[in-house]
Amino acid sequence: MEFDLQLMVDSIPSLLEGMAMTVQLIALALALGLCLAIPLALARVSKHAVVWMPVYGFIFVFRGTPLLVQIFIVYYGLGQSEAVRESFLWLVFKEAYWCAIFTFTLNTAAYTAEILRGAIQAVPHGELEAARALGMPKFLILRRITVPRAFRLALPAYGNEIILILKGSALASTITLLDITGVARVIVARTFAPYELFLLAAIFYLALTLVIVRTLKYAEWRLSPHLRPPPHLG
Amino acid sequence: MIELHGYGPLLVDGAWLTLRVALASVALGLVFGLVGATAKLSNFILLRGAATAYTAIVRGLPELLLLLIVFYGGSLLVQNIWHGLGGESYVEIKPFIAGTFTLAFVFGAYATEVFRGAILAVPKGQVEAAYAVGMGRLQMFRRVMLPQMWRFALPGLGNLWLVLLKDTSLISVVNLNELMYNTRAAAGKTHEPFKFFLAAAVIYLLFTIVSMVVLQYSERRARRGVRMG
Repeated sequence: MEFDLQLMVDSIPSLLEGMAMTVQLIALALALGLCLAIPLALARVSKHAVVWMPVYGFIFVFRGTPLLVQIFIVYYGLGQSEAVRESFLWLVFKEAYWCAIFTFTLNTAAYTAEILRGAIQAVPHGELEAARALGMPKFLILRRITVPRAFRLALPAYGNEIILILKGSALASTITLLDITGVARVIVARTFAPYELFLLAAIFYLALTLVIVRTLKYAEWRLSPHLRPPPHLG
Repeated sequence: MIELHGYGPLLVDGAWLTLRVALASVALGLVFGLVGATAKLSNFILLRGAATAYTAIVRGLPELLLLLIVFYGGSLLVQNIWHGLGGESYVEIKPFIAGTFTLAFVFGAYATEVFRGAILAVPKGQVEAAYAVGMGRLQMFRRVMLPQMWRFALPGLGNLWLVLLKDTSLISVVNLNELMYNTRAAAGKTHEPFKFFLAAAVIYLLFTIVSMVVLQYSERRARRGVRMG
């Protein structure tokens, strides 16, 4: 059995294009998902059942069903509906690209909301009391204490979520998108060289994972100056 | 009741296969996890290195890509060996085997960490006491370690099971006729993808709910006799 190294080298430019697609997908989905997750998490910790119950339902459904099913419902299912086809939404949902972003966004929003809920509930009670004692109004406490504190507490778990969405983004290849996995599958179908291409794709994913993990380590270090040992004097 | 145009039994068949592939994967995955954890805690640097590489690589790769590697790469490997032995014709690994192996491999990587934590959580004195009364390694593991580490490992393993259950849907990509594959077939035949994928989602959700109930019960059972807080 021969290992075609030349094919691997020749495929690197195509896979780099695939990587650009993967990075786009996860960057957009994570940014939009985070924007959605913050209000969801705040609603999730509400005392009113009318507010937290629907959010809980949303989170439960998205965490309890496979991402693949979610993508197919959006890509094949929504396109089938006349109502969607005739409205302006069709401009969005006829593109596999936006279907993938839409699905990944909702999926990561559900997971992130649950992570943020845990973090919000972990914000020390004394800090909120102190803020109230200083006379801060509710919204200011939210903006200055709760949200920033929760972010720092949620960072390690959110890092895991980023890795999970990176891994999940490979499913975009099942709806014709040419992300890393998609490009590799197309070349494998043409050359039937599964080892070379899939191993190369694996290297690309591991490189992305490494970059994400390192960046998060650095972010955690930057955001916790109070936990670092003081620098040596002199 | 929603109209499934006679495709209901097809979905049920698929769901049954989904369940079987998930159970087979978890059984094999637990073995991978235990071996991995033992290797990670061993004194041999080579074993430790191998286990660390295993967990780091598998946890950084998409499950779909791993499945494609095992299915296509594995088929090619088996075929080459087969041809090397003088055999002919095209050989392909069964999707069920490739899928089970991949999911078990992924489950094992995460379970390695869960088991490692659980083993470390059992007080060292108990292990020493077991050896002191003359138990062998295997006997110590079965009588002292396993019943206690179980309690620490169960919540983590429960989460992994829920992830595994959902990941079985990926095997439809390599044409195993489990729930997702059959749903796609039914959706294609009837031109009603929305209804059928929604039905599949409901079935997966039911699996999740039942699993959560069972897990809660077993967690309670695993910590019986333990004084809490």
